[in-house]
Amino acid sequence: MKAELNKDPDLKALFHRGEHLIWITGAALSLSLLMITGLILLVISRGMGFFWPSPLTQVTGADGKDIAGVVMSSEKFRKQGADGKMVSGERSNIKVGNRDLYGLDFRWVEHEGLTNWCTPKDAIQIERWEYGDFIGFIKSFNQSDAPVAEGTVAWERFKKELPIALKLHRKIAEMERDEIGAINNDIRAAELKIKKIQFAEKDAVKRDSQVAQLQAQIAKDKVEFEEVRVKVAKLAESARTNSITMLSSDGREKTILMDQIVRAYQPNSMSFLQKAGHYIEKLTEFITDEPREANTEGGIWPAIFGTVMMTLILSALVAPLGVVAAFYLREYAKQGPIVRAVRIAINNLAGVPSIVFGVFGLGFFIYTIGGTLDSIFYPERLPTPTFGTGGILWASFTLALLTVPVVIVATEESIAAVPRGMREGSLALGASKFQTVCRIIFPAAVPGMLTGLILAMARGAGEVAPLMITGVVKLAPALPVDATAPFVHLERKFMHLGFHIYDVGFQSPNIEAAKPMVYTTTLLLLIVVVLLNVAAIQLRDKIRKKYQTGAFA
Amino acid sequence: MTTLETQATPMTQKSTPTEMTHAVPAQAMGGLHTETTLIEVKDCNLFYGSKQALFDISMNIPAKRVTAFIGPSGCGKSTLLRCINRMNDLIEGVRIEGSMNINGINIYDRRTDVIELRKRVGMVFQKSNPFPKSIYENICYGLRIAGVNDKKVLDEVVERSLKGAALWEEVKDRLHDSALGLSGGQQQRLCIARAVAVEPEVILMDEPCSALDPIATAKVEELIHELKKQFTIVIVTHNMQQAGRCSDYTAFFYLGKLIEFDATERIFTNPKEKQTEDYITGRFG
Repeated sequence: MKAELNKDPDLKALFHRGEHLIWITGAALSLSLLMITGLILLVISRGMGFFWPSPLTQVTGADGKDIAGVVMSSEKFRKQGADGKMVSGERSNIKVGNRDLYGLDFRWVEHEGLTNWCTPKDAIQIERWEYGDFIGFIKSFNQSDAPVAEGTVAWERFKKELPIALKLHRKIAEMERDEIGAINNDIRAAELKIKKIQFAEKDAVKRDSQVAQLQAQIAKDKVEFEEVRVKVAKLAESARTNSITMLSSDGREKTILMDQIVRAYQPNSMSFLQKAGHYIEKLTEFITDEPREANTEGGIWPAIFGTVMMTLILSALVAPLGVVAAFYLREYAKQGPIVRAVRIAINNLAGVPSIVFGVFGLGFFIYTIGGTLDSIFYPERLPTPTFGTGGILWASFTLALLTVPVVIVATEESIAAVPRGMREGSLALGASKFQTVCRIIFPAAVPGMLTGLILAMARGAGEVAPLMITGVVKLAPALPVDATAPFVHLERKFMHLGFHIYDVGFQSPNIEAAKPMVYTTTLLLLIVVVLLNVAAIQLRDKIRKKYQTGAFA
Repeated sequence: MTTLETQATPMTQKSTPTEMTHAVPAQAMGGLHTETTLIEVKDCNLFYGSKQALFDISMNIPAKRVTAFIGPSGCGKSTLLRCINRMNDLIEGVRIEGSMNINGINIYDRRTDVIELRKRVGMVFQKSNPFPKSIYENICYGLRIAGVNDKKVLDEVVERSLKGAALWEEVKDRLHDSALGLSGGQQQRLCIARAVAVEPEVILMDEPCSALDPIATAKVEELIHELKKQFTIVIVTHNMQQAGRCSDYTAFFYLGKLIEFDATERIFTNPKEKQTEDYITGRFG
């Protein structure tokens, strides 16, 4: 007996007991984890390294011309050799920049015949507001077209002058945006008022006097506009006095105005700390700035803002709608074939392709509701639509509709999970059903509802297809929240991280330049979704604690 | 709305002899015939869908006494108890025939306000069910839903109820802690205090001690003894010793029928029916 007990079970016995099935469950989980980890690692490794300054490589080509740039990737390939046989060669994709000189800023270069590989210490990479990066060497620093310093001295002089030029650039941008923007807004508002008066005012005398008044106002604004414009032009003129002359690797000269430069650095002579500083600077810019150059440069702040704001509006819409609907379904509706059918319909709704919701949102929210709002409240602006076109509000409504099944199902389950005794205890004390629902069942079900909301948020934040027809744009001129009254502009179009990934990755005119942006933006979208979820989970835990063990005053 | 405040209708067994009580001899100590009836059940039949659970139950439950319902599982004692505050309304497909009067008013009348009824007929459940709120808020719940929000009144009621449920000394320093932090026995007494706080006339207890250890059970039984001075108590129990210890009257149910209803002493010492005797002596059940 003892011997039998101690015996290792043989394979057949293990099989019979179902051990192999347990292994399969473990393997399935491992596989899922592996895929998710792989995805996240890929995104992190590609996305995180983008801002780290890469060395500038210089090499002499077969034609004797030098090529300087950042080696992005190298690969082996098969090609036809001189004798017609297939031989293997190697080539690299080099970011050579200087789009204004070369036409293309990325080049595939075959290694065969290349000589003189080196990383010159004085090679400079310049980021510009337009035309992408310039890669080359500094020749001179100029004031009013006359060189005042050359070589290393010019580089030192340039580094001193750059912050001043940037400050000026920022000031001009601010004046253009704020002062000119405000006057423009005034003029537009006055013009709208005139239209409105002509539209609504029946008394001709009154109408003419009011219109004349407004026109005088517009004239005054226009004068002011002209004044500011002249001031800006003067500033811009002064910003253009200094420039640098650069030499490209193939020996061409290019003069770049200080006004056009974002930053410049010599990656080959930077210390680790300097590189880290550069990295942090670029990362900050990426998170807090607006995009430039068809979204391939600059930051993605408007997209982050749009994503978060849309998700918050969506949550604010979907939570009450889903919760109230679930309470009716679970607590008040007479359980029977109709309610069962409704429940099945809700579950199926979660499986409808999201683009269908987008089309519905376009047809119902934008054209029907938005169009009606326009014709009632903003007739003077027509045919330019206000709410009758895609915007952050309608996109949020559409996504709320898309995610409401998740909230309903989760809420229903959490209501059903409230112990029967709790409900009976309340009723036995003389509470009405409504009081019981409000005071006992609702609080107890809140954590479950928040779980549903978290799922809805995660789904909503990651959804792109329906947004493309309900208000997302490649580049929004203004955020949905700004300093002009009424401060929150829900009718505005907005940018979204998910759409940004699609746009930068697949619609960009400069695919190579955009590729790293795709990973970085994906990483950021993941971070935003995780942060939103963590916030909601924190809230849920807090509430759960409050209703389960915490103190009540 | 019909309130249940009308005067009690004194009724002796002699004037309305019923099937179940005809056997009670006049000399029975504290016999049913001398008690004031509070709850009068007449020909009560209850159906779950097509399945009948109660058959022609008629009994008079006396005021300010403890009446125990005993019987094997599934005999309908809990079902009858839950009829008294119409908790069975919550179950779909339940149909009740016959009448049930409290203070002479039919609680199954169409005009009866169920909410008012439940305020007058409190209930304590088998499994203690404190709300996930503080001890204080648990006690206040019944008053708050009735619209009482005066802190002074609430404080007073909380103290009185907890004292009434012999819980005050144990929890007076942590009234605002969660009720879920109490022990099982304390939770059950809290539920009793919660029922007492709304000052009902009747307290229904559905196996209140079945989940408690013997010491907690003893405390609850002691409490029941105290409470009967003020309230009419109907208690369902599986524990015959408990019925013997704390009830004045005992009703024995079997298969949905009321077999015997008499003073507890008589039921346990000299039952009239063979089935009752078999059950209490442990021959079945």
